[in-house]
Amino acid sequence: MSMVAEAPLKNAVPTDQELIDFVVREARLIDQQRFDEWLDMYADDAFYWMPLEWNQTDPRLTCSLMYEDKLLLSIRVERLKGARTFSQKPKSRCHHVLQTPQVDSRDAAANSYVTWTPIHYVETRLDEQALYAAWVTHHLSVENGKLKIKLKRVDLINCDAAFGNIQLFM
Amino acid sequence: MTRYAGNAAALRALVREQEVHRDVYVSEEVFQLEMAHMFPNSWVYVGHDSQVPNPGDYYGTTIGTQPVLLVRHTDGKVHVLHNRCPHKGTRITSETCGNTGKFFRCPYHAWSFKTDGSLLAIPLKKGYENTGFEQSHAAPGMAPVRHVRNYRGFVFAKINDGGLDFEEFFGESLSSFDNMVDRSPVGQLKVAGGVLRYMHNCNWKMLVENQTDTCHPMVAHESSAGTVVEVWKKAPPGTKKPMAVEIIAPFMSPYEFFENMGIRIWDNGHGHTGVHHSIHSDYSAVPGYFDKMTAAYGEARAKAILDENRHNTVYFPNIMIKGPIQLLRQFKPIAANKTLVESWTFQLVDAPDMLLERTLMYNRLINAPTSIVGHDDLEMYERAQEGLHSNGNEWVNLQRLYSPDEAEQTNVAVNGTSEWPMRHQFRAWTKFMTMGM
Repeated sequence: MSMVAEAPLKNAVPTDQELIDFVVREARLIDQQRFDEWLDMYADDAFYWMPLEWNQTDPRLTCSLMYEDKLLLSIRVERLKGARTFSQKPKSRCHHVLQTPQVDSRDAAANSYVTWTPIHYVETRLDEQALYAAWVTHHLSVENGKLKIKLKRVDLINCDAAFGNIQLFM
Repeated sequence: MTRYAGNAAALRALVREQEVHRDVYVSEEVFQLEMAHMFPNSWVYVGHDSQVPNPGDYYGTTIGTQPVLLVRHTDGKVHVLHNRCPHKGTRITSETCGNTGKFFRCPYHAWSFKTDGSLLAIPLKKGYENTGFEQSHAAPGMAPVRHVRNYRGFVFAKINDGGLDFEEFFGESLSSFDNMVDRSPVGQLKVAGGVLRYMHNCNWKMLVENQTDTCHPMVAHESSAGTVVEVWKKAPPGTKKPMAVEIIAPFMSPYEFFENMGIRIWDNGHGHTGVHHSIHSDYSAVPGYFDKMTAAYGEARAKAILDENRHNTVYFPNIMIKGPIQLLRQFKPIAANKTLVESWTFQLVDAPDMLLERTLMYNRLINAPTSIVGHDDLEMYERAQEGLHSNGNEWVNLQRLYSPDEAEQTNVAVNGTSEWPMRHQFRAWTKFMTMGM
């Protein structure tokens, strides 16, 4: 289970490897259900976006599977700990397989870094196991010497399919 | 083993005044009879006319488990057709929705049909000369669903010739559609925002019942809405309440809130919660909206329209609408233990965008497969679907606030925690299930 704590960035501008390590670390924290640490990777004004439509551009007037700010994400994390969260009795588990994240853009002046990561995600509970495939785009920036997620966008390959419960995070 | 086919008495015996037999949820035979009788005898929602605005536009859906098409014919009228080629049964359309132009063309043998379903052409037609083809089932083309009614944009279809006519079937319940449409300053709705599709491993009726079940939110949703309330308590004083908190927190309202909201009962299984108030009553005003409504309707009428706070209106057999937030959910049966839930949203034409924004937020927070509120509910349905296989007790109790004279009453408002709407749905179930048997 152990994973070293997040190391501070060596310089003001993150290297590609630091961006990649950050994205990989995020998936690992979810898989290990270390949700408080996971939430801490998000900037206060961050959004987690899972579009409903293929090539969706608008999260406001087009519906999404998720478009959640940090308050809603923290509610999810609290709910997962709840004594009467019956849909998590027993708890779900999940498993990420990531392709090496690619650094799509880096703009140190704007403090904006974008990575693109194809993933396979497995979520399981009781006897059911579901496999999802997605492309994850991370919009990152540096705050007080640490990388933070400003926007995480999860584009499911079958975003418009009928799903059963998806209870954890891709 | 068949116990129920052709046996109206056995089907009627499944529904008692205060309880129903578990076979209405778990028996695959009863499910097949619902598809063969109850759905074809009922007026079933098949879509909104804004989904097919132009001639040739089509949208594919189901009546029960039967595939049908909603299509705008060249004369501007909306038709409902069985979505199979009269030749070999091939589904005609490739996409769920689109525009077919002036005619449908089967991708298998190129038989073609006008957009009212009538046969247009068959390649090598001479091969059917002197075969008696004119008398065949194929000759008329794609079979139409004969009974179609477009009510203020909402299209319903009834497959069987028997049963009730549209007005008799819906009666006064149409007032909930009226209120939803009247909330547009120009009296028009448009499907908008995309549809959420959520697969449920449970019987479709569990979802219908749950729409008027007001004793579950503060229990089953304590995990989601209760957490929202707790997390929100920690916000610094004076923080503006976010839209998301306005939407989810009312699910934690106490029993008294739901008792006092009231439930209205109409004929044929229809009814609504929220006679006096609802979980939608205390949403923040949307800037500019009331002014637009006043300009369109006058202040008194605008106020009357917006003061309606109907919570969930159930239209038997398988839809629910929320007038105040322009949302429609359809519970599409797939098998006795499998249901596809589609949650549709509408834009009020000529109203501020923020109304649609809130409706979409409600939809994804409450009705998405990724929704924590949805997770709470589905867990309960699936546990029930499993538990009902116990032989220790074969009956489901629907007794809360039962009164022996209720079967004869209609258009009455009762205590908001009554299970009368569920009993009423099952009275309608028996009626349309055994009609014509």
